[in-house]
This record gives sequence, C-alpha cells and structure tokens, in this order.
Amino acid sequence: MFGLNLDITGELAAFFILAVCAIAGAVMALNLTRVIHSVLSLAFTFISLAGLYVLLGAEFAAFVQVLVYVGAVTILMIFGIMMTRQDHESQERPRPLMEALAGIGCLALFGILFFAIRASDFPAPADTLPEDNVGEIGRMIFSGFAIPFELMSVLLTVAFVGAVMLARREEDDLP
Amino acid sequence: MTLLGSYLTLAAVLFCLGLYGVLTKRNAIVVLLSLELMLNAVNLNLIAFAKYGLIPSLTGHIFALFTISVAAAEAAVGVAILIVFYRRRVTVNVDEFDELRR
Repeated sequence: MFGLNLDITGELAAFFILAVCAIAGAVMALNLTRVIHSVLSLAFTFISLAGLYVLLGAEFAAFVQVLVYVGAVTILMIFGIMMTRQDHESQERPRPLMEALAGIGCLALFGILFFAIRASDFPAPADTLPEDNVGEIGRMIFSGFAIPFELMSVLLTVAFVGAVMLARREEDDLP
Repeated sequence: MTLLGSYLTLAAVLFCLGLYGVLTKRNAIVVLLSLELMLNAVNLNLIAFAKYGLIPSLTGHIFALFTISVAAAEAAVGVAILIVFYRRRVTVNVDEFDELRR
C-alpha cells in the first residue's frame, strides 16, 4: 500500500509528514512518564490530525478539532492534573504479564484491521465534495440535522451542569 | 488507488495505541487521554470516508462534529469524576477504583 504509488504528489508527502507527527505524538504520550508531557504530546497529535482534516477537505472539522481538542480538552486535562497530585511512575509495581497481554491483543487487532483494509478494494468516488464545505455544513445542520443538533446542545448542557455539580465541594462532605 | 487505505491504516494505528494506553496505563488522566485518542481515530475514518467513499457527502463531517461534541462532554464528566474521587481517596491510580468490587 505504501510502496505502490511511487509518484510523490504533494498530498502524499503532506500525508506522510502529518501521519508521522500523529503517530510520534501518540507513542510519546504513552511512553513519557510525567503526565503533563503526555498531555502536551497528545495535543501535538491532535494538531496533526487537524492538518489531516484540512488535507481531506474538511476545513470546518479541522477548526473544530483545534478549538475543542487542542483548546478545551487539553486545558481540561491540565486542570485535572493541577487539581490532583500525581504519583511517580517509578513507585508503581510493574505488571509485565498484563502489559504483554494487552500489547499482544492490540497488535492482533491491528493485524486484523490491516489485513481487512488490504483485502478490500475501494471503488473510486462517484463525484467530489462541494467546494463551499462550511456553508453546506451549516445548511445541513440547520435543515436535515436540526433535531440531532438540538439534542447535542441539550446533551452538552446537561453534561457540563452535571460536571459542575459533581466537582462542587460540599461542606458537610469533607473528610 | 486513492489514499483511503493509508488513512484507514493510520486510524487503525492510532486506535490500537489508544487501546493499549487504556488497558495498561494506571494514571486516570492518561486513560482519559487515550480514550480521546481512540475517538480521534474514529473521526479520521469518518472524514476519510466522507471524501474517498463511494458516494462522497458531508454527512461524515457532521457525524464527526457530533462525535467531537460527545467526546468533549465525556472529558468534562470524566475529569469531574476524577476530581471527586481524588478528594475522597487522594489518588488518581485506576487500580484504586474498586469500591464496587469490595
């Protein structure tokens, strides 16, 4: 798959650079011992994925990715780190059997997915996406997807009110 | 041959990395971050199929936007639960999340 189309187009080169950045950020996030470094490394992955969305013609999704993931979720995690005391990784007892089993399971899942992707042939797209993506997405959200959109805003409101209620410090509740 | 297979492979790599993190990491914040990584891999699949699928349409973009908002809500509730748990047990180790098991 990676060696089949040898003509290096700009899209292919950009895809490779962004893909390497995304995978490197994810691997570093799993390997770094301090949690704050993991969060920042994963923010790098999220930015690379936003670049991939631009490459796929999804500019609006890319901006939402940067705003929500890099802007909100990462900052939320940093707040979570600030409000809790982090144990050091070295104090934990290692579990080599468990980690080996999990690694084998993940590798097996990746193998299955990889061979399924290799084995399936994807027909060429019948037509192309419209140029004016953002306007078309706005029209679709407020016409065909109006009810799911409103349900999503209700869900977000409920979730954030619930988060505030959960994390609120109750006076008679202190240890 | 379009780039679709490469995008799907990249999403599979990211999903498996996230799954490994969820299964092996013991810091609850890293577990939540790995969950976000898995959701991002799914979003990449949705947007890749929206461009390179048999019938390209913007529905994939809208579905990805919905997934992003659900992920944001999940992260907020997850961090809130984490803070409440830390207040009670003074740890963020997921091995200590065993009150229902005892």
